[in-house]
Amino acid sequence: MTDLAATGMASVPESPTDGSPTEEIDYAARIRSGHGVLRMSEVRMAELGDEPPSDDQTMLINMGPSHPSTHGVLRLMLELDGETVIRSKPIVGYLHTGMEKTGEELTYLQGPTNVTRMDYASPLFNELVFSLAVEDLLGIEVPERATWIRMLMCELNRIGSHLLFNATNGMDIGAVSAMLYGWRDREELLRFFEMVTGLRMNHNYIRPGGVAADLPDGWRDALLRVIDPLPERLDDFDTLLTGQPIWRERLQGVGVLSVTEALELSATGPLLRSTGYAWDLRQDMPYLAYDEVEFNVAVGSYGDCFDRYAIRLHEIRESLRIVRQILDKLPSGDYRIQEPKVTPPPRARIDQSMEALIHHFKIFTEGFKVPEGETYVAVESPRGELGCYLVSDGGTKPVRMHIRAPSYVNLQTLPHLMADGLLADAVANISSVDPIMGEVDR
Amino acid sequence: MAEDGESVDDVTETDQILPVTEQLHGAPVVGEPANQVAFPDLEQLVDISRALKADGYVMCVDLTAVDHLHAPAVHLPAGVQGARFELVVSLINHGERRRLRLRVQLPGDEPVVPTLFDVWPGTEAMEREVFDMFGITFEGHPDHTRVLMPEDWIGHPLRKDYAVGRIPVQFKGAPTR
Repeated sequence: MTDLAATGMASVPESPTDGSPTEEIDYAARIRSGHGVLRMSEVRMAELGDEPPSDDQTMLINMGPSHPSTHGVLRLMLELDGETVIRSKPIVGYLHTGMEKTGEELTYLQGPTNVTRMDYASPLFNELVFSLAVEDLLGIEVPERATWIRMLMCELNRIGSHLLFNATNGMDIGAVSAMLYGWRDREELLRFFEMVTGLRMNHNYIRPGGVAADLPDGWRDALLRVIDPLPERLDDFDTLLTGQPIWRERLQGVGVLSVTEALELSATGPLLRSTGYAWDLRQDMPYLAYDEVEFNVAVGSYGDCFDRYAIRLHEIRESLRIVRQILDKLPSGDYRIQEPKVTPPPRARIDQSMEALIHHFKIFTEGFKVPEGETYVAVESPRGELGCYLVSDGGTKPVRMHIRAPSYVNLQTLPHLMADGLLADAVANISSVDPIMGEVDR
Repeated sequence: MAEDGESVDDVTETDQILPVTEQLHGAPVVGEPANQVAFPDLEQLVDISRALKADGYVMCVDLTAVDHLHAPAVHLPAGVQGARFELVVSLINHGERRRLRLRVQLPGDEPVVPTLFDVWPGTEAMEREVFDMFGITFEGHPDHTRVLMPEDWIGHPLRKDYAVGRIPVQFKGAPTR
C-alpha cells in the first residue's frame, strides 16, 4: 500500500505478481454480458425450489436475510456449482421504511433526525450531507468554528465506523478477538459522542446552520483520553491480523476488483481505492475545511479483500492525524450561524425579545423556508460518496430528498467479487464491501 | 409553489429562467463550470451519455427522479418545457474534477426512458430503484424488477399521488398506582 499524492488520476496497478500468465480481460464487456450476476426474480427462485433436483444442474441456494455474516438483513441468492459461486444476486429491501418519502414530510430542521438513521454506523455523515445541501440552497455560510467541529466529529465517526468494520470483518473471517478489540475502542468513541451530542447514535447534532451545541466543558481531555491509546491499539490489529499468515491467506487474492469494474459499477470509497485509483472527495473536491489539513489517501494495488482491510485500517490512522490537526487549529467563535430565520435564538433572548419568541415558535412549528432550487452535494463517508439531492419549491419542506447511499451502489459489485470464487469466500467479500443495510434500504 | 389545481405545464415560464451559458452536445447547460446542469431531450439522452462518457465523465454517481405533480420544476433554462417527472443523472469527471447533472423531463403518463446500463452499468441498481419508487420504465434494462418494495407490491411510493401511510399512535392513560 502506498500513499499517493493528490494526483487525482491513479496509477493503474501492474499485472498481478503471482507469475500466472495474465490474460487481458475486457472487464467492460464482461460486466455488460451479465457475468456473475443472477438475474432471477424471487418468485421464480421459489418455484424452482419445488422442482425435483437433478445431478446435472447447478444448485440455487439462499443465504440470509438473517445470516450472521450478512451485516443485518442482506439476502443473497447464490447459484453454486459444488462449492463455487457461479452467479449471485443481492436481494435488499428488508429494512425499507420509506425514509425518502418521510423526508418530504419533515421540515428542514427535522430532516437530520430522519437521515441520521440511514447509515447508522456513521450517522454524522448523513446529517452533514443533508445540512450542507440545505445550506447550499439557503446560500448561507456557517461560522468557521462550526465547520471545524463538524470536521472533528466526522473524522471521529470515520474512526468509529472503520473500527466497527475491523471488528465485524474479523468476526466474519473467524478472528473473534478482533471483534472484541474493535468494539472496545469504538465504545469509547461512542461515549465521547454521548458527552458531546447527548446520544451514542442517531445524534441529530449537525443541523442546517451549524451544530446543535458547542463542545462541552472538558471535551478536550475526554477526547485525548480516547485517542491517545488508539495508535497502540491499531498496532495490535497489525500484530493480530495484518501479519498473520492465516489472515492473509483468507483475504489476499479474494474478491479481486479491477479499476474498470469499479468505475463502471459506480463503486466509491475504499472499494474504488483498493483498485489503485486515488479518489477521495476530501482530497480531490474538498468540502468543509479539508483543504487546510494534511493527510494522505491510501490506495491498494490488487483490489482484493486484503487491500480493502488495509486501506480502512490506514484511514483510521490518517483520521487520527486530521483530528490532531483540528485540535491545534480549532478556531473560537460561534458554533452556529446567528440567523433568526434559520437557527433558533439563544434561550436567554426568548425571555427578553418578542421577535425572538416569534422566530423560535415559527422555526419549531412551521419550519424555515428554503428558496426554490435543486442541488446535489456529496461528502466522503467511510463507505464512499454519500450524496444528497435536494429539491425545494420555496416552502418549509423539501419536494424531494434523495440520499445517494454508497452502500446501495457498492453492493452491485458483490456478484462480480464473488463470481467464480468459493462459497466460504462469499462471507469475506460481503464483509469487505462493508454494507450498512439501513443505508441500502432507506 | 403552484396553486392547487393549476396544471404543471402552464407554470414553467416563470421568473426562474436561467441564462444558458453554453450548449453541450446539443443540450442547453447552466451553472458554474465545476458543477453544471444540462437539459437533454429524452431522445438525446443515450447519445449524449455516450458522448459525455467519452469526454471523461467515466462514472455515473447517481440516478434518481423527481415527481413535480404539485410543484413545477424549477431553474429551467429557456426552451425547456417542464413536465411531471424529471430524471436526474449525476455524473463525475475525475480527471477535471467536475460534476455534471443531466435533468431530463418526462411526461406524466407512462414515462419510458431508454436504459443507461449500456453506457454506465452502475446505473442498474439505481434504475431499479427509480422504477420501484416512481414507476418510470427503463427500456432495455437487464433486470427490470422492484428492488426495495416486495415484488407483488402495487403502486409506486415516491409518486406525489401515493398517500403517506400513517399508523395512529395509541396513547395509554397515565399509569395508576
